[in-house]
Amino acid sequence: MSLRTPLGKVRGLGSAKEGTQHFWVQRVSAVALVPLTIWLVASLVCLTGAGRDEVLDWLGSPVQAILMLLLVIAGFYHLKLGIQVILEDYVHGEGAKLATSLLNTFVCFAGGAVSVFAVLKIAFGG
Amino acid sequence: MVEFTLPKNSKVGKGKSYKAPEGAKRVRKFQVYRWNPDDGQNPRMDTYDVDLDKCGPMVLDALIKIKNEMDSTLTFRRSCREGICGSCAMNINGKNGLACTTGMDEVKGDVKITPLPHMEVVKDLVPDLTNFYAQYASIEPWLKTESPAPDRERLQTEDDRRKMDGLYECILCACCSTSCPSYWWNQDRYLGPAILLQAYRWIADSRDEHTGERLDNLEDPFRLYRCHTIMNCAHACPKGLNPAKAIAEIKKLMVERRA
Repeated sequence: MSLRTPLGKVRGLGSAKEGTQHFWVQRVSAVALVPLTIWLVASLVCLTGAGRDEVLDWLGSPVQAILMLLLVIAGFYHLKLGIQVILEDYVHGEGAKLATSLLNTFVCFAGGAVSVFAVLKIAFGG
Repeated sequence: MVEFTLPKNSKVGKGKSYKAPEGAKRVRKFQVYRWNPDDGQNPRMDTYDVDLDKCGPMVLDALIKIKNEMDSTLTFRRSCREGICGSCAMNINGKNGLACTTGMDEVKGDVKITPLPHMEVVKDLVPDLTNFYAQYASIEPWLKTESPAPDRERLQTEDDRRKMDGLYECILCACCSTSCPSYWWNQDRYLGPAILLQAYRWIADSRDEHTGERLDNLEDPFRLYRCHTIMNCAHACPKGLNPAKAIAEIKKLMVERRA
C-alpha cells in the first residue's frame, strides 16, 4: 500500500533523459542490415554446391570479409538492442531485469566477438 | 505487469439471465460484465434479452434500457450520448469504443460488453482511470510561455493551426491506451498513446514556449519509447485519430534536436 498521490507516482524518479540513442541506433543498424542481408542471401545462393575450399576462398577475399564483418557487428548489436527492448517490456522485477540485461549484453558481445574472430581467422589465412 | 491469466478472484463466471418481455419479436442478447466490490463474489457475465423494437439503435441505448427496465443495479458511465465526452468507453465484442457511437448493427451476433481492458474495475463497466488522469496531469496540458502576455489573443498562422488537426479532437476516452499491449504491461511508467498524443498537441502548438522542456519530460525509455508502433491505438480510436503518428512525430523531434 502507498499513500503517495497518483501524480507523485506518475512523476516518479523523473525522466531518464535517454532512450533516443537506443531508438536511433536500432534503426540505423536495421537499415544497414537490409543490404547486408540481401548480399548474404545472394552470396549463399551463388555458393550453392561449392566445396569447403571454395567457400573459404570466397570469405577470405577482402571485400567479402569486410562485408561479413559489417553484417556480424550490425547483426549482433541490433540483436542486443532488440532483446533489451523485450526485457524492458516483459521483465519487471528490478533484480531479474538487471540479471537478464547483463546476460543479454554478455551473450551478444561474446557471440559477436567469436564471429569476428572467425571471419578474421579465415581472412588472414589461419 | 505482464499477466497472461486472470487472478483467481478475477475469473469470470456465468451470471444471471434476463428474458425479454412476452411478445418481443426482434430480440438481441447482450452479455454484460458484472462485478460488485461489496459482495466478495467473482465477476460474472449476465445476459439480457433486449427487445430491439423498443430500443434505440446504439449500444448505449440498450445499456440504458437494461438499467431502466431490466436491472437497475447495472453500473456504467455515460453522459453526452454523442461521442464528445468519452464517458461510455468500453470493450464491445472485443474492440474498444464508445457505446454511444457504436451501432448495434456494427456488431455481429450477441453483443458482449466488458470494461476497458487491463484496468482495475471500480464496478461493472466502470474502470479506474486515476492513473490515466494523473499521467495526463504530468504532461502539463496547458499553454506555457515566458514572454509577457500580449494585450490581445496569441496569434497563430493558419499553417501552424493546421498542425493541431488530428490532435485537438482527442476526448481522452482511454480507448486507445487500454487497447495497447505496451500500456497493459507497463502502464505504471509508459504514458500510453492518449497521453502522448495530448503531449504532442502542446509540442506542436506554435504558441507554446516550453517545447524543449516538454520533450525533456518525455525522453525516457518507458514514458515514450515503450511505443512499438503496434497501431491498436489508431484502430481503436472512436474519433478516427492516429496516436501512433503523433508518437512518431515526437520521436522524430527527439532525433532532430540531437543532430
